[in-house]
Amino acid sequence: MQWGSASEFFAMGGYGLYVWTSFIATALCMGWEVLALWRRRAAARAEQRAELLGDTDETTA
Amino acid sequence: MNWSKYSAPQAFYPLAGRLIPWFAVVAVALMGVGLYMGFFVAPTDFQQGESYRIIFVHVPAAWMSMFLYVVMAIWAGVGMGLNARLSFMMAQAIAPTGAMFTFLALLTGAMWGKPTWGAWWVWDARLTSELILLFQYAGVMLLRTSIDDMRRADRSSAVFSLVGVVNVPIIYFSVQWWNTLHQGASVSMSTGSKMAATMLMAMLIMTVAFWLYSIAVVLARVRCIVVERDSLPVWDEKPAVSQEVAEVR
Repeated sequence: MQWGSASEFFAMGGYGLYVWTSFIATALCMGWEVLALWRRRAAARAEQRAELLGDTDETTA
Repeated sequence: MNWSKYSAPQAFYPLAGRLIPWFAVVAVALMGVGLYMGFFVAPTDFQQGESYRIIFVHVPAAWMSMFLYVVMAIWAGVGMGLNARLSFMMAQAIAPTGAMFTFLALLTGAMWGKPTWGAWWVWDARLTSELILLFQYAGVMLLRTSIDDMRRADRSSAVFSLVGVVNVPIIYFSVQWWNTLHQGASVSMSTGSKMAATMLMAMLIMTVAFWLYSIAVVLARVRCIVVERDSLPVWDEKPAVSQEVAEVR
């Protein structure tokens, strides 16, 4: 282990801004993708369900 | 086992649904291991200090950006050859994830370039060809959304992605073919690795994690596409909706 303290870890030898921006941006993109897919799935199922139950409200489709 | 039956969307849909949790769980577990190794086991680089740790997301993202493009083009080609709907749906499902990894490769590359080269961006062959890959993904997706007829949209974007596959070897070999600011490959199939073993291990674990993540999200997206295109609910592994429908009728 090369880190003496938590602040040393977050400083990343002076490169903290670049290192953490990279990792946080990657995490946000992946998290956003998963969330977007979750919502897309919910929307697709809701629409499908409405169609099947004879709900002919075309404005929501 | 008769695998060909899974080329039908209605058979593939529940199979994909069963596979997603496995890929997702292993992906998250490997990301945990990879991050731990990358931050706590891998040593400080003697030349680049701690900034090199960006490679634990940069390299896997860049590899996935190229790999996913090739896989997308293969599915597009299979779709064209066999006129298989599910293949086109797979190609459609891969594009957004591939584009996301291309964007991340460029962004994390800039984060590495600024402290190392003193520039966020340079127009060298590696960076430029990777930027073109991002435009190719955008082109594939825009072409699809701009054509209303689904069959024509499938075929047009398939042709576009197949033609664009020539850029992938250009990206990969750009650091050899041209004098780039971007460093050459640290990991090569012919000469092995030039990195410390723990660095390499962390990077490879993160790559496998990103790969499994990609499989999970692509399968989830292809399921959405199946539902959106066909809106036939009888394939659902949970019979709740069909039952409800039967009761209403």
